[in-house]
Amino acid sequence: MVADAPLRFRLNGVPTAVPCEDARVLLDLLREDLLLTGTKRGCDLGTCGCCTVLLDGRPTLSCLTLGRSVEDREVTTIEGISPPTALSAVQRAFVAHGATQCGFCTPGFVMTATALLHEHPHPSRDEIERAISGNLCRCTGYRKIVEAIQAAADGAV
Amino acid sequence: MATDSPPAYRLLGGRIPYVEGPLKVSGRAEYTDDIRRPGQLVGKVLRSVWPHARLRAIDTRAARAEPGVFAVLTGEKYPTPFGVLPITHDETALAVDKTRYIGDIVAAVAAVDERTAERALAKIRVDVEPLPEYSDPAAGLVKVEQPIHARGLNGSNIQKEVVQHFGDVDAAFARAAHTVRVRASYAGVTHAFTEPLVTIADATPDGRLTVWSATQVPHYLHRALSEVLGIPMHRIRVIKPEVGGGFGGKSDPLPHEIVCAALSIEAGRPVKMLLDREDVFYTNHGRHPTKNDVRIAADADGRLLAYDIDTVIDGGAWSSFGTVTTYYNGVLAMGPYRVPNFRYRGRRVYTTKPPSGAMRAHGGTNIRYSIEVGLDRLAEEIGVDPFDLRRANALPPDSTTVNEFRITSTSFLRCLTAVRAASDWDRKFRRLPYGEGIGLGCGFYISGSNSPIHFTPKMPQSTVHLKVDMDGGIAAHSMQADIGQGSNTLLAAIVAEVLGVDLDRVHVQGVDTDVSPIDLGSYSSRVTFMMGNAARAAAENLRAQVVHGAAQLLGVPDEAVEVAHERLRLRAEPARGVSFLEALHKAMEPVGALVATGSYQTSPRGGTFKGARAGTAPAYSFSAYVAQTKVDVETGEIAVSKIWAAFDCGRALNRLAVEGQIEGSIHMGLGQLLGESMNYRGARLLNPSLLEYKVLAPQQMPDVEVILVGDDDPEGPFGAKEAGEGPLVAALPAVGNALYDAIGCRFTDLPITPEKVVRALDLRAKEGRPWKGR
Repeated sequence: MVADAPLRFRLNGVPTAVPCEDARVLLDLLREDLLLTGTKRGCDLGTCGCCTVLLDGRPTLSCLTLGRSVEDREVTTIEGISPPTALSAVQRAFVAHGATQCGFCTPGFVMTATALLHEHPHPSRDEIERAISGNLCRCTGYRKIVEAIQAAADGAV
Repeated sequence: MATDSPPAYRLLGGRIPYVEGPLKVSGRAEYTDDIRRPGQLVGKVLRSVWPHARLRAIDTRAARAEPGVFAVLTGEKYPTPFGVLPITHDETALAVDKTRYIGDIVAAVAAVDERTAERALAKIRVDVEPLPEYSDPAAGLVKVEQPIHARGLNGSNIQKEVVQHFGDVDAAFARAAHTVRVRASYAGVTHAFTEPLVTIADATPDGRLTVWSATQVPHYLHRALSEVLGIPMHRIRVIKPEVGGGFGGKSDPLPHEIVCAALSIEAGRPVKMLLDREDVFYTNHGRHPTKNDVRIAADADGRLLAYDIDTVIDGGAWSSFGTVTTYYNGVLAMGPYRVPNFRYRGRRVYTTKPPSGAMRAHGGTNIRYSIEVGLDRLAEEIGVDPFDLRRANALPPDSTTVNEFRITSTSFLRCLTAVRAASDWDRKFRRLPYGEGIGLGCGFYISGSNSPIHFTPKMPQSTVHLKVDMDGGIAAHSMQADIGQGSNTLLAAIVAEVLGVDLDRVHVQGVDTDVSPIDLGSYSSRVTFMMGNAARAAAENLRAQVVHGAAQLLGVPDEAVEVAHERLRLRAEPARGVSFLEALHKAMEPVGALVATGSYQTSPRGGTFKGARAGTAPAYSFSAYVAQTKVDVETGEIAVSKIWAAFDCGRALNRLAVEGQIEGSIHMGLGQLLGESMNYRGARLLNPSLLEYKVLAPQQMPDVEVILVGDDDPEGPFGAKEAGEGPLVAALPAVGNALYDAIGCRFTDLPITPEKVVRALDLRAKEGRPWKGR
């Protein structure tokens, strides 16, 4: 059932109000209702990390998050991670280092990496690997993803 | 990274970031599930919960009566069998008469939304008569009570039997100084691509059908849709959006793709069918569960005399690529060493389990592990270094194997030399402390298959079209399917290289069967070699036209003009020239926009015996990997610390992509070796989720040092060979042999879990076989 009051939250910096059933999952809200398809649906079970968004700056699996639970909070998706028509340092590093192959996991990795570098501007390799261990990539073997995040941290892009 | 050949080209041979990278990192790349058609319905399927059952009746009346339901389908409407191989059409879009595994599609609905579709499915009543479950392939080798398919060999569940014998294997074993035998067992593994299977179909009132699908091979999907739905190919349009990984799992035409199209025809509305992750596991088509028995004979000097191989392959419910799989599990043993006598029996057996099919390094992975572990044992028995054993047996360039594979370029010896030095092998082998080890594994793989899976084999394997108008942007069309391996980037780079223009002038168009000329798609590691040659030919045709324009402007014959960066100039006087755009515009005067085409076709090669074409390729890649590992002898946990990967892909055209393929292949190979497994209780899959089916985490991935040593291949585009699948095979035995060096235990039952390591250590202790003093 649609609750009477719309769900209010900040989405990519913009105050947003949308209808949201109590059982509506954030991933569905983003992809199906708001047509923000950059956030990917890989498993619906919290096992792949493709649907990672930032909730108040922290990496969060949108497939395991009820829409109603983001009331009055800040949600950042891949569409809000960089200035319009430009790429962030993390995104530029992913391109330059070949850290994206099929690209389906990439938005999730970019979100996780962005949050990591915000909290730890100079992470060790171990810290990077720990941070991305909830994101599944089947193409790259992770080496180029770790390199890209390291390069972004080093300002080398 | 080591390299011998200096870059001879402006772009090719460098590190070329993927052209679509900026779209992928910003969430703007469009995958099938990101597309939404006006009026789109949701398609859902009902899957069999019985491993094997006769369908007596399916009552769909209540489902049809459900408000919001637009179409309900069962198998009898589209009973035409299909399959990726023309010779084994044994699949149907929905089950007809009986179901053959838990997961077989029994019925389907299209409805306004997901909840309505699920409510309707729940109201479908299926009346069945259970049939015997056949989960063990060994039990299907003989005549059975209720064969899974009528086409099983002599009333058994054998889908395909291959028997080959070259030379005289018994005589070779009789005179051998050394023999080893490896009996190994391999669990089934699956692709685990991140993008689930998904299709959108839109049947329109003009009698056309448009299908968007996550597929590696749009052309085979195009054919299968036409056959099963009875619509001529020219009225079907297949579009491949970005594909989120395939690894072979999106190369068969799959039932849900046809069911989705059929629902759209029934409903008269667009239908999207997105499979959930569990359904992706049931659709499977991953690497076959396999048991092989490999005997190797050698003379006193360690020269290989013979292989004798017997393999039983668990096919699951359908044929899929299985006939190819059955051949490959034998013939892909025939490199990178010279083996003068070879005998093989391979049997692929239907079981009532999810179908297996093609997965990265298809047919070449499991047999490679058994061979390479066998060679490691042989070296130990003879008392020679594993490197020296392999050097002595390497296939030379320009040679022919006993089963008539034509070997052209091989840099296998250079792979061995480079990786031995880089890994510091001679100081480490058998000298690392107990629990630490180093091991060698080698491999080879096909650069595409000489025999296309194609009903009209006289047509080219790949065609590329180019169009350039006055804006100077070059549109490249081809049905080659970029699934993340970087083939769009390679296509653009080859065209830009030949024409001397900047990469951003070349726009690779999406795959659309209405406009893209046929390329057979991404399987058998064929794209770089075949599309690359077609792209080069097309670009050379276009270049000739632009050169003619320049020659006219410069008042010289065409032969006097050469291509430089964004410029055409006189060979004899490089300072005199015209810009690319000036030459283009001159060339366009009589005809308008320029078009050019190029294609590539393999010539038939191999012997004339039955199955001779299996495994023939225009070129082969070669590899030699060294792995260093550490074993926790208390917990049995294995940590692979480093892999040195020497690979011969001819000339690496995009080093960034080649490294990515090698690193990704190692990740996938080590996953199969160390943990991935489709677990069954009887015919029931126990772990159809990414939580229970574990792929390696970032922390489990070793350091990888990529060493590219290939000489130019004489027929590859700019000297290139494949690097997409071959890089997987050597990783598994390199680690397997390193485990032996570490703890003195051989592992021939994959995956090698910590539990198996602890058991092997206990067994070795009981047998009183000390290793490195422990």
